[in-house]
Amino acid sequence: MTLLLKGVSLPLTHFKLEMDVELHGRATAVFGPSGAGKTSLLDLVAGLRRATSAFIQFGNQILCDTQKKYFMPPRERNIGYVPQNLALFPHLSVRQNLLYGRKPGGAHDPLFNLNHVAEILEIEALIPGRLANLSGGEIQRIALARALLASPRLLLLDEPFVSLGAPLKAKILPYFVRIRDEFKIPMLFVTHDRADALTLADEVVLLEGGKILQTGPILEVFNHPANARVTRLVGA
Amino acid sequence: MASEEWQIIWFTAWVSALSTVVILPFGLGLAWLLARHTWPGKIVVETIVSLPLVMPPVATGLILLKLFGRRGAIGGFLHDKLNCDVVFTWRAVLLALGVMSFPLLVRSARVAFEETNPRLEQIARTLGAGDGRVFLTITLPLAARGIVAGMMLAFARALGEFGATIMVAGNIPGKTSTLSLAIFQDVQIGEDTRAFHLLGVSVALAFAAVGISEYLLRRKRT
Repeated sequence: MTLLLKGVSLPLTHFKLEMDVELHGRATAVFGPSGAGKTSLLDLVAGLRRATSAFIQFGNQILCDTQKKYFMPPRERNIGYVPQNLALFPHLSVRQNLLYGRKPGGAHDPLFNLNHVAEILEIEALIPGRLANLSGGEIQRIALARALLASPRLLLLDEPFVSLGAPLKAKILPYFVRIRDEFKIPMLFVTHDRADALTLADEVVLLEGGKILQTGPILEVFNHPANARVTRLVGA
Repeated sequence: MASEEWQIIWFTAWVSALSTVVILPFGLGLAWLLARHTWPGKIVVETIVSLPLVMPPVATGLILLKLFGRRGAIGGFLHDKLNCDVVFTWRAVLLALGVMSFPLLVRSARVAFEETNPRLEQIARTLGAGDGRVFLTITLPLAARGIVAGMMLAFARALGEFGATIMVAGNIPGKTSTLSLAIFQDVQIGEDTRAFHLLGVSVALAFAAVGISEYLLRRKRT
């Protein structure tokens, strides 16, 4: 599945996010320092922000074409988004959170049904519980499960491991690998951690100051940085 | 207490509650627009809505009297087209209470909406929810305590309204007489005992309404 971002221009507070890129990875890491525009890129793809100019296409579906004044609203995009602050709905139960985005007939979906997703993410025991009693890693898995239960075509993950300590991260990472391989949903995930990017991604977009420095298969980019800036960024 | 006193208490509580309910949809709509959107003329609307808080209530009442009187722009229309008179009826009491308590509801609801994390609404949209569902299932429940606190404040303000009410509804016993109007009149004619009865009820009702409002806001903070 291809995600195409052409002629993107989105003014942010200190710089402009500008890019022309075509992504083909099963899991693509958006890699860069804080304030590089990584979250804004995910917001653009999800439709939570509108670029001043952009042509965005996922697969054969156009998500945004500013020249033709076309903008597909986020609710129609079918793109799962797990934000950095997780954004579980605090007034709803774990179960209500999980089922918020379930499509009609979703209970019978062989892949994206509650039992299957809960089994893969090992959250069965958490479902009857209260949100307030969940740990950081559990909240992370619930947020991921909620996005999956809406049977998305693409998953956007914003710093999925940043709030987790190293031991918890080691426990959580395999779940993401399972999601990638089991559900075969392409992922676009933001990270500024080299090891996370290498574990999960097969493709990388290096972003700094709103501009793409280099993009391509992750090993190639990390092993053969295009220039000194990239070398500094990837810490090779 | 005499039945006449009960009638005044009942009428005041009832019309105050009704005015709070009537202004609720408009107040929530406006509060949401103020909290979530920028539009031309926003500052003018904000100022107009807050005017009843700072203007002398009697002046607000006079404006309402001119607008809703039979020769007024709105009152004339209502009289001619719907055969409905407002001034010096219970509807005028409702109008005065609604206008005077509207800013309190809008202010509380606006703060409640502003404190609701827009990221939650955005995530609900990515999960396939339309604007209506997002508002009903995310925004409104998260802002509910602030909104109910605002309703309680509006109700308490309505209970004690005097200046605007007397201008636009007069003080007609059994028809438009509210607690405040009756207390004022009783003191004027030396009916101190009855005035103190009504005073006690006013304090109790206001105490309960403001107490509930404070309780809700405190729970929200912790």
